[in-house]
Amino acid sequence: MNELIEILSELHGDVDFATEEGLIENGILNSLDIVSLITEISDRFDVQIPAEEILPENFDSAAALWALISRLDED
Amino acid sequence: MSFTTLTFVLFAALTVLVYYLVPARAQWVVLLAASGLFYAAAGGWYLPFILLTIASTYTVARLISRHAARDEAYLAEHRAEMTKEARKEYKAAGKAKRFVLLVVGLAFNFGMLGVLKYTGFTLESINGMLSLFGAGKLPVPALILPLGISFYVFRSTAYIIDVYRGKTEAATNVAKYALFVSFFPAVTQGPISRYADLAPQLCAPHKAEWGNLSVGFVRVLWGYFKKLVIADTVMVAVRTIVSAPDRYEGMYVFLLIVLYSAAIYGDFTGGIDVTIGYARMLGLTVQENFKHPFSSRNTAEYWNRWHITMGSWFTDYVFYPLSICRPMQKFSKWSRAHLGRAVGMRMPVYFATLVTWFLTGLWHGASWNFIVWGLLNGVVILASRECEPLYARFHKRFPKLGGTSGYGYFCAVRTFFLMGSIRILDCYRNVPVTAKAFGSIFWRFDTWRELFDGRALTELELSVPAWIVVGCAVIAVFFVSRAGKKSSVADRLVHRPVLWTAACSALVLVILLFGSYGIGFDAGDFIYGQF
Amino acid sequence: MNRNAKHPRLTRALCILVAVLILGGALAVFDRILMPKYITTSREGSLTEEYYAAVAETNHDVLFIGDCEVYESFVPATLWEEYGISSYVRGGAQQLVWHSYYLLEDALRYETPKAVVYNVLALKYGTPQKEGYNRLNLDGMAWSASKVDAIRASMTEEESFVSYVFPLLRYHGRWDELTAEDFRYAFGGKPAETDSGYLMQTAVVPPDADADQPISPLADPTLPATAMAYLDKMEALCRERGIELILIKAPTDSWGYHWYDEWDEQIVDYAEAHGLTYYNLIPKSDEIGLDMTTDTYDKGVHLNASGAEKLSRYFGAILQERHEIPDRRGDNLFATVWARRVDSYYQRKDDMMKGNS
Repeated sequence: MNELIEILSELHGDVDFATEEGLIENGILNSLDIVSLITEISDRFDVQIPAEEILPENFDSAAALWALISRLDED
Repeated sequence: MSFTTLTFVLFAALTVLVYYLVPARAQWVVLLAASGLFYAAAGGWYLPFILLTIASTYTVARLISRHAARDEAYLAEHRAEMTKEARKEYKAAGKAKRFVLLVVGLAFNFGMLGVLKYTGFTLESINGMLSLFGAGKLPVPALILPLGISFYVFRSTAYIIDVYRGKTEAATNVAKYALFVSFFPAVTQGPISRYADLAPQLCAPHKAEWGNLSVGFVRVLWGYFKKLVIADTVMVAVRTIVSAPDRYEGMYVFLLIVLYSAAIYGDFTGGIDVTIGYARMLGLTVQENFKHPFSSRNTAEYWNRWHITMGSWFTDYVFYPLSICRPMQKFSKWSRAHLGRAVGMRMPVYFATLVTWFLTGLWHGASWNFIVWGLLNGVVILASRECEPLYARFHKRFPKLGGTSGYGYFCAVRTFFLMGSIRILDCYRNVPVTAKAFGSIFWRFDTWRELFDGRALTELELSVPAWIVVGCAVIAVFFVSRAGKKSSVADRLVHRPVLWTAACSALVLVILLFGSYGIGFDAGDFIYGQF
Repeated sequence: MNRNAKHPRLTRALCILVAVLILGGALAVFDRILMPKYITTSREGSLTEEYYAAVAETNHDVLFIGDCEVYESFVPATLWEEYGISSYVRGGAQQLVWHSYYLLEDALRYETPKAVVYNVLALKYGTPQKEGYNRLNLDGMAWSASKVDAIRASMTEEESFVSYVFPLLRYHGRWDELTAEDFRYAFGGKPAETDSGYLMQTAVVPPDADADQPISPLADPTLPATAMAYLDKMEALCRERGIELILIKAPTDSWGYHWYDEWDEQIVDYAEAHGLTYYNLIPKSDEIGLDMTTDTYDKGVHLNASGAEKLSRYFGAILQERHEIPDRRGDNLFATVWARRVDSYYQRKDDMMKGNS
């Protein structure tokens, strides 16, 4: 989880990712950020996020994203 | 049967009437019959193509969902005896099989779209190259372009991809599915609704309710107002300017940017208002396709507000899959290793963005104008992303500025002109003519005199009273649109019967008197209908 | 709070009812205002409607029907003065044969003349030519089954029936060209633009060098079957009502509207087969006394008042001698009406001559 927040902070230094729950809704992450994020996640956690999982509810907060990573890793 | 004909208005009214008179469980049949009639009336030769799309995507979705169900049942039954690895392997094998089915469905439908829409363009482009070498010419066949094919192919391919991804249940009734693909208010011009969003509504029972009828009706009138009073009238001036690019340079091109923006806004949003309003009268809520596009502060925001369902189609089914697919991830890793982290991170995004915008341009029309238009949009989006750190530094130095409404308006105006400048590629004959016309804004300063002495307005084949009416109409649209930013104006009128009737009466009167329809005006169809 | 909340349905129904009434009224008013008045421009548009006021005054023994070659060629005032013939010209701009047929059918609802004179030039057209001419011929027509049939027979592809019922749908584009005339005559009171269907022209513009252009041969010399079918209908209608149908070709024959010998032969044959009289007046030009240096207002395409009067004098004699059209000058009822019509004819002629000089 901390590693994930670290990745996120590299994208946008000025956001508190531990508490922000509207990353998509509030327009903090755009489509280009999401692609960079997915590439980083694949690198660091060896988890491939498929296109169909790119939904607002999966990317709106660091916690939701972490839950997604954990779920995909288990499958 | 174009939306702006009396035949369509009568047809639509009759459909609503019959729709609410039949038993609720037969309502969808009425819509299907009306859609069939509407489509067949456009041209008998169009029918086989939409039927092929319906049949192929329906079958592919059925097969995919049957395979998925079988695999799941097998896994559930044998879960205990399988290792995690074995399960993974079995799943992957199943997914690969479904993927083949999906690819067949996509290839067939995009193949059909490609052949019908792009054969002429491709062959002509090849002929153009051949002529450079003095070679002969390939014959260019005249193929028909079925009405709304770009829209229904997108709608039905989105459906099979969603079924493949497990996001949508496959349809079990081909007739109901056919209604989703061919639903007549949306078949010619969108929105490109998703199956999960629209199909359940189409087949559900609906009672005649004052709320839906009144909101829908006033929205339809508003759409016709924007289309007939603004768009088609302004198009007269637009056509005059672009038909003589050598005569109308400099200030006229600047005027064209403004006028064409107004025309295209009236045309597209007006057409969609008719669609959404009419669907609302049937008790259906169709997804919005335009949300105050000209209030956008930057290009990326603009594309979240303009032709939304098309944009999200490209984002969901082209941009994301392309930018995060395995080969792209590998490419990204490789480029990070060899070109440095900053460049490497950008590679997949840049590549996917440009491909997406190339295809978006191509979707709009089979010509280089649209391809260049699409790529320019991509380039602008990427460039403004690269400029973000600059903006951030700027705002840090002037922290108060960013929050002011003046700065907001400045950004909106800047985006309006940026998008408008790229958009005039729709108008001119080809790319070089467009480039020359655009360039003339920056050196033919002498033409501005014609604006200030009023000559420019009378030159463009619209009378002075017509300009005044259009001007008032645009102002009305601006204020109504602004009033509707928080909640829809039409919705607010439901409980104000006096205001509602006054608004409807005024709109009917203004449309009938000032609208560009009938003989004497070559109104043309809603522009999106050609795609 | 108020009744609104208590009876939403009633309030709504009332609102809609009131709105429909107001809207209907407003549209009806705009409809009348936007309708072209055919006074300062396209006077030909007044031809069709002026007939109704005339036939309400008196009957006519002769009706001329056809295109510009009747309403620029025959002067009912002259026919009355010289022969006591009560006649009316029910012509129209590019009046095609189906227009002519239905306008005749329409006229026969009001009166039964002794003779109908039809000018055959329009038989060369087998299909609707131009939307505008349909409007000029049909807009002024009173509503009847004949008008409905006339519209159906005439419409070009771009037209719709409903735009004849609600002319606003056709003429709304005139909103930025309206003049005082449109408001002044919105609800009637229009001055007569014609003299018993004769549309006066007094200018003199003789033919110039252009008039000698070579005449190109016909690709297909047969007169269109659709046109001839309406001539059949016209012939049958007249026979049924005991009216003599007389075919004519006006004496004008310019290169732009050339009357081909091949067509003439077909009309001669048709007249013979149906026992009709056909007068081709082109070769009679000298007998009539036409002099194209003074008798045409548009280089020989149409006659002007001087030419039309000469032709009327010539043709009136034929009508009286060979077709037994009665002299009504002894009849007081006719004489009063015609005295006024003749006066207004000369009044207009004076005014127009002054305008020319």
